[in-house]
Order: sequence, then structure tokens, then C-alpha cells
Amino acid sequence: MRQLNTKGARLVAVAASALFALSACGGGSVSDATKANESKAAAAGGDCGDFKIIVNPWVGYTADAYVVGEAAKEKLGCNVTYVELKEGGPSYKALASGDGDVILEEWSHAEELKAAVADGSAVDLGSPGNVGIIGWYVPGWLADEHPDVLDYNNLNKYAKDFATSESGGKGQFLGSDPTYTQYDEAIVKNLNLDFKVVFSGGETATVEAFKKAQENKEWLIGYFWEPQYIHAEVPMKRVALPPYSDGCDADKAKVACDYADTPLKKVAATKFMDSGSTAANLVKAFTWTNDDQNLVAKYITADKMSPEDAAKKWIADNQDKVDAWIK
Amino acid sequence: MSASTLDRPVELGAAPPEPEPKKRIPRWVGVLAAIVVWILVWSFTKGHNTLYLAGLDLTDLHVKLAKLGAGLGNNAFTDSVNTAINAIVDFLSKLVALPSAPSPAPVIGWLGVTAIATWVGYALANWRIAVLVLASFLSFGIFGFWQDSMGLLVVTFVSVVLAVLLGLPLAILIGVSKRAATVITLLLDLLQTMPTFVYLIFVFILFGIGAPAAVICTLAYALPPIVRISGFAIRDTNPGVLEATDSYGQSTWQRLVKVQVPMARKTIILGLNQTILAALSMAIIASYVNGPGLGKPVLAALTQNDFGRGLVPGMLIVLMGIMLDRLTTAASERSELIARGGGENVKRRRVILGALLVPVAAAVWYSTYALNAAVFPESQLGTNVANAANKWMDATVASLSGPAGALKDAITYGLLNPMQALLSTSPWWLSFAAILIIGLIIGGRKALVPTLICLLGLRLLDVWFDSMVVLNMTLVATLLVMVLALFFGVWMARSKRADLIIRPILDAGQTIPAFVYLIPVLALFDSTRFTAIVAAIVYAAPAAIKLVADGVRGVNPGTVEAGRSVGQTTWQEITKVQLPMAKGSLVLATNQGLLYVLAMVVIGGLVGAGALGYDVIYGLAHQEASGKGMAAGLSIVLLGVMIDRITRAAAARAGAD
Repeated sequence: MRQLNTKGARLVAVAASALFALSACGGGSVSDATKANESKAAAAGGDCGDFKIIVNPWVGYTADAYVVGEAAKEKLGCNVTYVELKEGGPSYKALASGDGDVILEEWSHAEELKAAVADGSAVDLGSPGNVGIIGWYVPGWLADEHPDVLDYNNLNKYAKDFATSESGGKGQFLGSDPTYTQYDEAIVKNLNLDFKVVFSGGETATVEAFKKAQENKEWLIGYFWEPQYIHAEVPMKRVALPPYSDGCDADKAKVACDYADTPLKKVAATKFMDSGSTAANLVKAFTWTNDDQNLVAKYITADKMSPEDAAKKWIADNQDKVDAWIK
Repeated sequence: MSASTLDRPVELGAAPPEPEPKKRIPRWVGVLAAIVVWILVWSFTKGHNTLYLAGLDLTDLHVKLAKLGAGLGNNAFTDSVNTAINAIVDFLSKLVALPSAPSPAPVIGWLGVTAIATWVGYALANWRIAVLVLASFLSFGIFGFWQDSMGLLVVTFVSVVLAVLLGLPLAILIGVSKRAATVITLLLDLLQTMPTFVYLIFVFILFGIGAPAAVICTLAYALPPIVRISGFAIRDTNPGVLEATDSYGQSTWQRLVKVQVPMARKTIILGLNQTILAALSMAIIASYVNGPGLGKPVLAALTQNDFGRGLVPGMLIVLMGIMLDRLTTAASERSELIARGGGENVKRRRVILGALLVPVAAAVWYSTYALNAAVFPESQLGTNVANAANKWMDATVASLSGPAGALKDAITYGLLNPMQALLSTSPWWLSFAAILIIGLIIGGRKALVPTLICLLGLRLLDVWFDSMVVLNMTLVATLLVMVLALFFGVWMARSKRADLIIRPILDAGQTIPAFVYLIPVLALFDSTRFTAIVAAIVYAAPAAIKLVADGVRGVNPGTVEAGRSVGQTTWQEITKVQLPMAKGSLVLATNQGLLYVLAMVVIGGLVGAGALGYDVIYGLAHQEASGKGMAAGLSIVLLGVMIDRITRAAAARAGAD
């Protein structure tokens, strides 16, 4: 036992020195890197410190978050963390608790936003430049072969064709992530449609379902939205619901109209905006277009780049736009 | 179940049938009869009073609960808990995990942390463990998850320390007072029956988002083992020793501190070990409330259907579990050895440990100096493994998708849909009465009161329809689990070789986090209830199979031998001797199977199975629906308790037979 102990001790010592050797080559020193961050911060006119960006689970938002985050790292020397959370309740609680500093793509959690502004935990920073469109979509082949499916009045005629093992004899309507802003169940009920809403679980599952439906000419109707890069790859057509009018979605259980076009919003924690962090100005100034976002989303999804690399590539190609955010 | 019950119409308020008939009719006949009556009544009442509630519909109760919930959080108590835990976790995270700005690295870099951990491994256990610790820490970095791994370690550490601080006093209470033991055990039962997913909604409402919420979730699940195991160890101290020491006139305190706790030490460490592993298994659930750690990439992989990206951090969680398990086990063995006064030269060991501190200190210093020793150098290994895993999965899914679809349709149309029609499209009072009567037949009089209370609770919470859908999925999945358990369990019990091959597969199934295999299952079966059922089977079957195998193996070999001597066939031997005699383990396996399945089926609500799991997660995201989310969470708990009580009562009866 004693023998082993000494042997063991030696082994550990050898391993330790091997690690030293390993880590010694290349790199540079921690204090240099710290100074580099400090000088970036000084050049940008102040300290950035910790910058926690909330990331909700869809690729368009991922594009927003990483472009802002990588710009903050590169130009302001911020210490960026990406906080992956569900939209709505969890994200707003994070703003209040300090676990997150900004929401970059708020769609329509009006209740949460109102409450957060009222209790002083968050401020509404206006649009990131994107306009969100939510609606009911069918794959392109279906719209071509049965154009009348694009009118909700004809949906019941086709309900049987949309049926699956999950829809209990009715037509299946494919919802998405259960936390997204969606009131399809209410629309189905209030328009007396013979459909049942089944949730795919997330963006990727929904995208896959539409891809598959288009390839195999399967019947599919579901919740989808723009900006989403997949529109460039898979043709989809929007089904017309009774047009949106002001307030027709006020009581979510009674909605019987289409979704409103949503000017997306940036929402930030009040504490963060008051902290004097240079990242606060970046968030305030950040704005881009649906095309910009779709391009970065395409880098991530179709070209399989990591979100960091995709953002860095876009930043390198669009220095002028990024410089406009850093004043 | 006597014949007279069958003639009686099944309706609410009907007197419960005579539980134990004088002449014994097998129980399954009674259950079958009850189901036949149920179907008869259903056929002309279906579709009425089903209490169906559309996804966005709320009842008054739900609105009231949401208001109540909004008032619960953000009080002085939760605020101070949040502040305290945040301060501790923040401090530890900046020390070892997260960059402490403006520096790009934590205070102690990876090299320093690894050196300290390895030294601790050696100090607490032996050099083998030190090597294991070293290898584990290096893997965290090489696979590209250093920060998340350290985050998980920090949360686990804080939760376990709190579990010990809260748990040991409770354990001592159990040890010294019978009444306290009853109350505490009841609470622990509740915590352990509750699917962990349900913790989320309550923790979210009280503590919001962040490390404190994650710690509290983890604590809730990690507390029971240490209280239970240590409590009973303290209580069961050898009575001879107690009498002998009592005869010297010791006080209760002396008896506790000098005799009971020291004698139970080894078992207490076992409790600690179980508590650590329980804490780790909460990693993914805790990341729903932004708990730091390896659960986050796993969860992100689920939303992106990226199997490989979830598999790698999932396996690192397993590795961390193995490391901590071996470390605590070896540490307890070593302390036992030293307590008996043997094993090693203490002085010499101290010298070695002291000497080893020099390289450790050097490593720590170096990790604050050189960037490569502070931030783990990037490596493509994790990405490559993830890509390979994805390639493998795609190929497997492509080749299996035909038969998988057929299987899904067969079970959905053959079993799931008809049963769901019966359970959920019956008027609520019919399902209510039918479940109560069937529970009574299976569990006996002991099951009556708990079943009645749970059913009343489910009715009051206003998510009855969704509860029936979940109950149905749970029953179907458990049925399939038990078919597998009987087949593989008997096979393993009868063949050593089968046991040797199957058991490691079962062990693996039990250790891999469920969220990791949810992704390929989802790819195979799409967003359906069947996906939830298959994931539940993978989660629950290993434990059930093992229980059946051990039960059948435990059957007295003499009885089996006697049967053989009169020329029984193998089939007769299994069905007439082995299975009937292992009835107790079969019921126990069913109990475990049901609870495991329930926990997983609820998570399936996120990927197409809908119902209660969906209500919970929707309630998390939407303030106005949070009351319904709470009601759904409580309903899941009631379903769990009901299932548990009925099967436990049945197990007690099977044992008495």
C-alpha cells in the first residue's frame, strides 16, 4: 500500500508537470488579455463588464443575440454570456433578477412586458428593425395542387386529409414550441374548424415537418412565421384567416382572427440600462433587417456554422453597420 | 369482487363494493368485470361532461391560482434566500467557472482547478481516484464544456452542502422520535413521488429564474436520500450497544453524539453518496430555470433536435456522476479503515500530501498567469464526436423509420386511442367511479381513502381531461414496460449469460439522462404521444426488468426442483411456479415502472404529447396561464400519489398472500 502511495504520488506529480508543459506552449498571459479588454473598453468610452444576453429558442433570435454579443466582445471588450431561456415569463423574470440583461426579439408577450415596465424592472427599447409575421402555413405543393386550401373557409372540407394518429379523427394542426406566442387552439375553436392542435415541441421539429411534407407531398398545416431563413429553401404559403383588426386578439381564448404583424421589440433590464455599461448603448442602437437576420440564420442552420462564427463572419462583412451601433 | 357488484350501476356516490369476498375470485376477473361495465355505461354517455378544456381556456380557479402565485414570490423570505444563494454561487463561479471581467478567465484557471481536484481526490481517497478525477476534469475541457462542467459542479456542491445542513438534523429527528419519523417520512415520500418536472412551476413562481431556483430544485430532489438513509441508520443502532452504554447513565445527547451517529457513520456517507447522485440527475431540469451547468447544452440540443450536441454534455454528466460516486465510496472506505486504526502510516501520508501541495500551488499560480492554463484551449473533439453521433443517428433513423412507423400506428390505433377514448371521453363521474372501484379491487381497502382523495383533488383542479390523457399514456407505457420486464426479467433470471449481456445495457439506460435519448426517439416517431411513451419505456424498463429478474431468481430453488421432478415443462415452470412466487417483486416493479413512466410522459408533453406537461410549460411562459400550470403540476403529483398508493397496497396484499 505504501509502495502504491509513493508510486501514485509520483504519477500525479508527473501528470501535473506534463500538463504544465502542455499549457505552456503558446497563448500569452492572462494579464495581457485583461489589459486588452480594458483598453477596448477605454477606446469605446467606458467599461462594459458582464453582458448577459437572453437567447430564446429560435434561430432568428440566435442570430440577433450572437451578432450583438460578438460585436460587444470585439468592440467593447465585454464579458458576454448567452442565457438560453424560454420566451415570456422566464425571460422577464431573468430581467428582474439580473440573470439576463436584454431580450432582443420580444414578439408579443404584452402582459409580461406591461407588468415588467410597470414594476420598473424593464424598459422597452423599441424595434430591432425586424417585423414579425405569424400565420398558418401550408407547404407549397399543397397550395399549388389545391389552391382553395389557402382560404380558411375551405379547411373543413380537407380536414380528413390532414388527420394523423394524434388528431383523434380531426385534421391535425401543427403547433410549435409550447412556449411560443400562439393561440391556434382558440382560433380553431372559434372558427368551428374540425382540427386539433398538436405541438411539435420546437422550431427545428416544425421546420423538419414542413421540409418532409414538401418532399413527400404530405398534407400539413401549421404555425409558422417570418423572419425564418427556411422560407428561402422550402416554399410555403400562408392561409388566409379572418383579417386582423385592432383588439381582436385581446382575449386570447376568444380569438377568431389572424395574427397581427408584430413589430419586434428590444426589452432591457432597467438595472442594466442604468449601470453605465457601454453595452447598453450598443443595445439601444442595434437595428438590422429581416434579410440580415435570415443570412446569419442561414449560416447557422444550412451552413452548420457555430453561432459565434456565423456572427463573426457577418460582422466582418458588415463593418459599416456594426460601426453605426458603436458610437 | 363479488358478483353483486357487477349488477350494480356504476355511478358517483354508489357505495363501494365489498372489498374482500369470502370466496376468492381472482382479482383480474373483478377488474375485467369493472371495465366491461365501464364500457357499457360509456357507450351511451360518452362525450358528455368530459370537462374538456381547450389549450387556452382557463377556469375561475386557474385565474385565482395565477393571482395567488403572483403574490407569492418576491417576499422578504424568497428575496433573502435568492440573495444569499446568488452571492455564494456567484463567488464560486467567478472563482472556478466564469470569467471575472475584465479578465477573460475565472480567478483560478482550469489547470489550477484540475490540480486542486486531483489533490483532493488523493487526500480523500487514494491515487487511483486521483487519476480518475484528473481524467474526468481533463475530459470536461477537451470535449469543450469546461465552463458548463464547473457550473454544474458549483450548483451540485452548494445543493449538497445545503442538503447536509438541512438533512442531518432531520435525520437525527427521525432517529430519536417515532412521531417525527412518521411526519418526515410522509413529506419525503411526497417529494420522491413527485415527478421532478413539477418542481419547476412552484420553484419558478417562488424563486424566479437563476442559480437560486436551480439550487432549490436540486435540493428538493437531493434531500430525501440523506435524511432517509441516515435517519434509519441512526435509529437502527445495535440495541445491545445502546443498552450497554446506557447502563453507564449517559444522557440522550451523549448517546446520540457518542454512540448513535458514529456507529451510523458509514451509512450516513452512503446517504451522502446517494444525495450527490440525485443532485446531479437534476442537472437538466434545473437548466429550465437557467441553472448553470451541463444541463443547458442538453436542453438546447432538444429544442434544436441535435442529438450529438446533447449526447456529449449528457455523457459528461454521467462521467461526473461516476467520478463523484467512486470518490465518495472510496473516501468512506478509507475513513472506515482509519477509524479501525489500520491501513497506513498517517505521518508519512501527511508529509506526502504536504509535499504535493507545492506543485498544486504552482499550478494554481500558473493558471492565473498564462492564458492557456486559465482558459481551456479550444479543441474540435466534442464537435467531431457530436457530428459522428448525428451521422450514426441519421442512418439508424432512416433504416428504422418504416417499421417504427408501423409500430407507432399499431400501438396508437390498437391500444392508445381506444383506451384514451374510454378514459377521457367518459363523463368525469364515470371515470372517477371506475378508477375508484378498480383501485379498490387491486389495492384493497387500504387504497380506498388515498384514491378517493386524489380523485377528488384531480376533479377540483379543473384539468380533469388532461389528467385522464396523461393517466392513459402512463398506463399504456407501463403495460409495455411490464411486458418487457417479464420477458427480459425471466430470461435473465434463468440464463446467467443473458444476465451478463443485458445488465450492462440496462445500467447504461439508467445513467444516460432521459433528455438525450428523447431526440432520436423524436426523430423516429415524430411529435406524438407515442414518442413520449417510448422515451418513458426506455427510462422505466431497466429498473423494472432488474426487479423482476432479481425476484424470479430469488424463488426458492427447492420448489423449482420439485416441479421439475414431476415433469413440468419450462413454460409451466415459469407460469405456475416462478412468476406466482415472485408476485411481490412483480408488483413492486409495476409500482416503480408507473412512477418512472409518469415522470417521463409529462416531459413528453413538450414534444407533441400535450396534456399536463404542456400545461405546466405553457404556464411557465405565460403569466395569465400560470394558475393552470400550477393546477396541472398539482394534478401530476396527485396522479403519482394515487398510482403509488394503489400499487403499494397491492404489493402489501401480494406479500400477505
